Amino acid sequence: MNKFQKTQQAIASMLALLALQNFIFNVFNYPVLFCITLLALLGVIRILYDFFNNGMFDFLFSILGMTILIIHVYDSPPNGFWPLLISIWLYGWLAIEKITYQKNVSPFFRKIFLMVVPIFFGIWILFAWEVITIGLNIPMVILPSPSLIFIQFVASLETLWADFIQTFVKAALTGYLIGCGSAFLVAILIDKSLFLRRGLLPIGNFISAIPIVGIAPIMIMWFGFDWHSKAAVVVIMTFFPMLVNTVTGLSVNNSIDRDLLKTYASSYIQSLIKMRLPAAAPFIFNALKINSTLALIGAIIAEFFGSPTVGLGFRISVEVGRLNLDMVWAEIVVAAIVGSASYGVISFIEKKVTFWHPSNRKTLEK
Amino acid sequence: MINYFKNRFLPILSIVIIIFAIWYIFTIYLNSSIQIDTYERQKIDWEFSDLVKDTMSQKKPLLPAPHQIVSEMYKTIFMIKITSKKSLIFHSYITLSSTLLGFAFGTILGIILAISIVENKAMDASLMPWIIASQTIPILAIAPMIIIILNAFGLSGLLPKALISTYLSFFPIAVGMVKGLRSPEISYLDLMYTYNSSRLNVFWKLRLPSSVPYLFASMKVAIAISLVGAIVGELPTGAVAGLGARLLTGSYFGLTIQIWSALVMAAILAGTLIFILNFISRMTLKSMGGQE
Repeated sequence: MNKFQKTQQAIASMLALLALQNFIFNVFNYPVLFCITLLALLGVIRILYDFFNNGMFDFLFSILGMTILIIHVYDSPPNGFWPLLISIWLYGWLAIEKITYQKNVSPFFRKIFLMVVPIFFGIWILFAWEVITIGLNIPMVILPSPSLIFIQFVASLETLWADFIQTFVKAALTGYLIGCGSAFLVAILIDKSLFLRRGLLPIGNFISAIPIVGIAPIMIMWFGFDWHSKAAVVVIMTFFPMLVNTVTGLSVNNSIDRDLLKTYASSYIQSLIKMRLPAAAPFIFNALKINSTLALIGAIIAEFFGSPTVGLGFRISVEVGRLNLDMVWAEIVVAAIVGSASYGVISFIEKKVTFWHPSNRKTLEK
Repeated sequence: MINYFKNRFLPILSIVIIIFAIWYIFTIYLNSSIQIDTYERQKIDWEFSDLVKDTMSQKKPLLPAPHQIVSEMYKTIFMIKITSKKSLIFHSYITLSSTLLGFAFGTILGIILAISIVENKAMDASLMPWIIASQTIPILAIAPMIIIILNAFGLSGLLPKALISTYLSFFPIAVGMVKGLRSPEISYLDLMYTYNSSRLNVFWKLRLPSSVPYLFASMKVAIAISLVGAIVGELPTGAVAGLGARLLTGSYFGLTIQIWSALVMAAILAGTLIFILNFISRMTLKSMGGQE
C-alpha cells in the first residue's frame, strides 16, 4: 500500500464515521446500513494493523455496499446516506488501485484482473448513475436513470427493432458495402498508375477531412426520403478513407518479396493476390474499422434532415422534441450496441486474416 | 522545384480538372429533364447549345454548376456586409468560433486524461478500455439531446455546440497522447533511471517531448471532427445561425446553391484549419530538432 492509497482509505473511513453518527441513533430502523458502515470504518484499523489490504476485501466490500445502497435508495434515502455512498465509492476505486498495483501475481490472474477491472468500473458508473439520479430526484428530462432506460428499452423492443432495420441494415450496411467495395476496386485500378495515385491521394485525404455529412440534404433531394438517400451519404463518407488506405497499403514496398515473386515469374494478378493484398490487409482493415463507425454516424445524421417515420436518427430527433429522454437513451443504447458489435466483428475477422502481423502475434510472456 | 511541379502539382491539378469536367457533364445531364419540361411547356424550340446554357443557370438546380456556386459564394462573402445574416462570413464565423472553443477544451481535456492514464495504472486498467469502446459508438447521435438539455438549463448559443465539439475531439487526442507518452523506448527510460531522475523529470524531459508528434497527428483528426460536431450541433436549435443552419434552411426551401456554397465553405474551413495545424506542427517539430 502506498501513501496515496493509505490517505484514500483514511478518508473513506472518515466518511463512514460521518455516516455512522446518523445511523447510531437509528440502529433499529437501518440495521443493515449500520452494519455496512461499521465495515467501512474497519479501513482505519486495516491501515494500522495492515491486514486484508490486498484489495480483495475492498472489492467484495464495495460490491456488497453497492447492493445495499441500491436497495435503500428507492425509499427516501436517510441522513448519512451520501457520505456512505462516497465512502463506498472510494473503496471501489481503492480496490481497482490495489489490484492493479499488486506485484507477484501469476500471469493468469493478471489477465483475469485486466478483464474484471473495466467491467467493475462500468458497473460502478452505472451504479453511481442510478443512485444519484434516483436519490437526488433528478428529473427525467435531464437524465433518466439506467433502470428507467432499461424498462423503456424492453417495452419498446418492436420500435427499436424497426429503427435498427431501417437505419443499420438498410441504410448503413448497404452504403458501407457499396462504399468500401467500390473504393477497393477503384484503388486496385488506380494502383497501376503512379500519376493517378499522386493526384488522387491528396484529394482523397482532403475529402476525408471535410464534413461530408453536410451532403445529406442534397442526397435526400436526389434519392428521396427513404433509406436510399442515407445509403448514398454513407457511400460517399466511407469511399475516401477506404480508397486512401487501400492505395497506401498496396504501395507498401518490400523489395525482397517482390524480387522473389519476380524470380518465380509470377503474373500481375498472382503477385497482387498472393503478396500485395495480404500486405495491404492491415491498412484495409484499419479503414474498414474507421468506416464502421462513420457509416452509422452518417446514416443517423442524414435522418435529421428528413426521413420516413422510422429510423434511429428520426426517433432521436422526435423524442428529444417530446422530451422523452428515456426513449432517446434507449435508441442510444441500440446505436452503442450496434456500433461496438460491428467494430468487434471486423476486429475478429482482422485477427483471423492478419494473424501474421506483429500486433496480432502472441508474444512470450515475460 | 521542377520535381515538385511534376510529382505533386501536375497530378493533383489534372485530377481536379477531370473532376470539374465530370461535374459539368453531370450538371447538364441531371438538370436537363426539368429544363426540357419547361421548354415543352413554353413551347420553345431548343437546340443542344440552349440546353447546355440553360441547365447551368437554373435557380434551383438538382446539381448546380461549379461557377454558380462560386458566384453565389462571391455574392454572399464580398457583396454583403459581414454583420448581415445573409453573409456567409457571418455564418462561418459562428461555426468556426464554436469549433475552435470546443477543440481547445477537447485538447486540454484529452491531454489531462492521457497524462492521468499514463501516470496511474488503475486509471489505465479501468478507463482505457472504455475510451476505446466509446470510439465505436456513434456519439454524434447524442448531439441534439445535449443541445436541448442545455437549452433547458438556459444555456444556448456558443457553449452547447462547443461542448459537442469537445466531446467529439477529446477521444482522438486522449488516445493519441497516451500512445505518444508511452512512445519513448525502454533504453531511454533506463537511461533516465540511471540518472536517478524523478517521475516529474522523466515526464517533462522525456515523455512530453516524445509525445508531441503524436499530439499533432491526433489534433488534425480532432479539429476535423470538431468542425463536424459544430455543424451537427447547429441542426436541432431551429437553424438560427451557422453553416449547419445554412444547410438546414437550404434543404427546407430546396435552395441547392446555398447548400453547396455552405458545403464548400465548410470544406475550405476544414482545409485551412488543417493547413494551419500542419504549419504549426512542422515549425514545432523543427525547433525541437526533429526531421520531417
